[in-house]
Amino acid sequence: MEQQRLFQILELDGTLRDDSMVINEKLAIEMYKLLVLNRVFDRKLVNMQRKGQIGTYAPFEGQEASQVGSALALSKQDWMFPTYRDHAAMLTFGYEMVKIIWYWMGRIEGCIPPDNRNIMPPYVPIATQIPQAAGAAWASKYKNETACSIAYFGDGATSEGDFHEGLNMASVFKAPVVFFCQNNGYAISVPLSRQTSSETIAQKAIAYNMENVRVDGNDVFAVYVATKNALEAARSGKGPTLIEAVTYRYGAHTTADDPSRYRSIEESESWRPRDPILRLEAYLFKQGMLDKDIQTRIVGEAERLVNDGIKFALTISKPDPTIMFQNVLANKPWNIQEQESNFNSFIERYHHQ
Amino acid sequence: MHRELNLVQALNETLDMLLTDDDKVLLLGQDIGKNGGVFRVTENLYHKFGDERVVDTPLSEAGIVGCGIGLALNGLKPIVEIEFFGFIYPALEQILSHLARLRMRTQGKYEVPLIIRAPYGAGVRAPELHSESIEALLFQSPGLKVVIPSNPYDAKGLLTAASEGSDPVIFLEPMRVYRSMRQPVPQHRYTVPLGKANVMKEGKDITVIAWGAMIGNVVKAAEQLEKTQGISLEIVDLRTLYPFDIETIQESVSKTHRAVIVHEAPLTGGVGAELAAVIQERMFGDLKSPVKRITGFDVPVPQFSIEDYYLPSQDRIVHEIEQMLVSLTR
Repeated sequence: MEQQRLFQILELDGTLRDDSMVINEKLAIEMYKLLVLNRVFDRKLVNMQRKGQIGTYAPFEGQEASQVGSALALSKQDWMFPTYRDHAAMLTFGYEMVKIIWYWMGRIEGCIPPDNRNIMPPYVPIATQIPQAAGAAWASKYKNETACSIAYFGDGATSEGDFHEGLNMASVFKAPVVFFCQNNGYAISVPLSRQTSSETIAQKAIAYNMENVRVDGNDVFAVYVATKNALEAARSGKGPTLIEAVTYRYGAHTTADDPSRYRSIEESESWRPRDPILRLEAYLFKQGMLDKDIQTRIVGEAERLVNDGIKFALTISKPDPTIMFQNVLANKPWNIQEQESNFNSFIERYHHQ
Repeated sequence: MHRELNLVQALNETLDMLLTDDDKVLLLGQDIGKNGGVFRVTENLYHKFGDERVVDTPLSEAGIVGCGIGLALNGLKPIVEIEFFGFIYPALEQILSHLARLRMRTQGKYEVPLIIRAPYGAGVRAPELHSESIEALLFQSPGLKVVIPSNPYDAKGLLTAASEGSDPVIFLEPMRVYRSMRQPVPQHRYTVPLGKANVMKEGKDITVIAWGAMIGNVVKAAEQLEKTQGISLEIVDLRTLYPFDIETIQESVSKTHRAVIVHEAPLTGGVGAELAAVIQERMFGDLKSPVKRITGFDVPVPQFSIEDYYLPSQDRIVHEIEQMLVSLTR
């Protein structure tokens, strides 16, 4: 079937599969910087969890190209609906790094969208963002605005009712939305073969008469182009697209997970030659856009940015517990007022400095 | 001029007005367009406002509410209809995990001014699972307002107030009241504030708190008790369940010193349990008798052939209040 072809631009050795699909040098270098930055960020956050500086963390190493490539294709007015594993997408689109760290420190400050971008806080219940992204896109269309929405989710989400309800609604109402599935092979321990008997995730779109593309999720050029095309189609009134980005999560589901219980190290290592960063590096070296010096500088700059971000994140003052009483409703109802006031008296008596 | 309208007509007129006054308002739901809704609450609105604003959706509760959340996040004021309250379950994850929490999660950066309307309650001989009164589920989910009008006048004012606010509102319409009464309803726009109860009948002996279709039964029971026993009931129509109007309850109970709560939902863990707890916590010394609950039983709402025995009827309310007073004089 046509939809099962894997769309690729970059070969594993960094040669272009199709010379017409060239990405300009400036963008290619920006992609590289972002891939490196996000890998450094991800590894350092795993490390922070080990040191007890943050709580449980969901690493994304291996999925950088899917997230960076798709997020770079967005326009600044678009709406992003990410999950808890989509920090590379969020960072790329303009979410502040420090807030992602705060999020994993259990701080509400980590959920607050930036001023100049519509980036939702991470969605935790699986697939629930999918109908919401369709709705936000529908609103853009209703208002005759050009904004699109993008919903991120994983292979496991495609078994949820909300996936099907969201895709169905979006396709019936031709909402300008891109459904971006990172098929990383596993939903915690459950492999794709147990998630679905469909040959591909992309083919699920056919049931909704929806455009779909299956892309090599470790090929940042291909992901970028596929997402750009889907967004253009959405903006021109052609409705939604389902993108299946085939990728792999090298690490654990979260820092509380032990992947050796459900898959071999050999399997995970077998994905390393398809690594998104190695592939782009090979291309950039071949094209003479990158040399060892520039590479060292880029890695050093990423380290510095992440270290600064972490350092700043850790300076956040102790949380004010009464923040939990705020913003539940537009105006604080009497019962919450009363509970807050009782809480304050209790704190004053028992925790007075 | 005040025409007499029934609940369906009052709601239809309100939705018409909201659609007319603000082009950010749109309606979504199953069969609400061409068909005008299974109870005809949206009659003619499709023809007047078109398919873009009165939208027949797929049969997809989570999809409808999920899209409603997205529409509201992106600046619109959607009013969605769930065809029957008992069919809301697929949408509960959207409601509890997101609709109720997004203001808090984004610390007010995003608001979700979504209204979910649903026909509510038993007593109309509906098929199985069309008669649910699960308001306590939503009552216990901080971040939502839960509103249940008992009459056409309040319905128009409450729905208008809900639409003027920025909080998500669960708006439950007692099916039994839809066409059972008419009332003068002003043609102009007005609001009935959320969070304010209505003392719809003053009395001196017992405060009865109720909402929705139970108000009708309580009114009849009050007339009977007054006539036969000379007992005077004060009736508080709660109207907004969350956040409920503690001041009005306190004022009334401090006068009557006795409180009865009537609801059609099951007894255990119902909204009445919370009201009883709050009344005794605050007014223990004022009370002349324990707070009494007259409710549906702790069973699934039965098939309609016996639903009248499940619901607190006029007779059962009279009987329970008489029992309560007998046990006190013994």
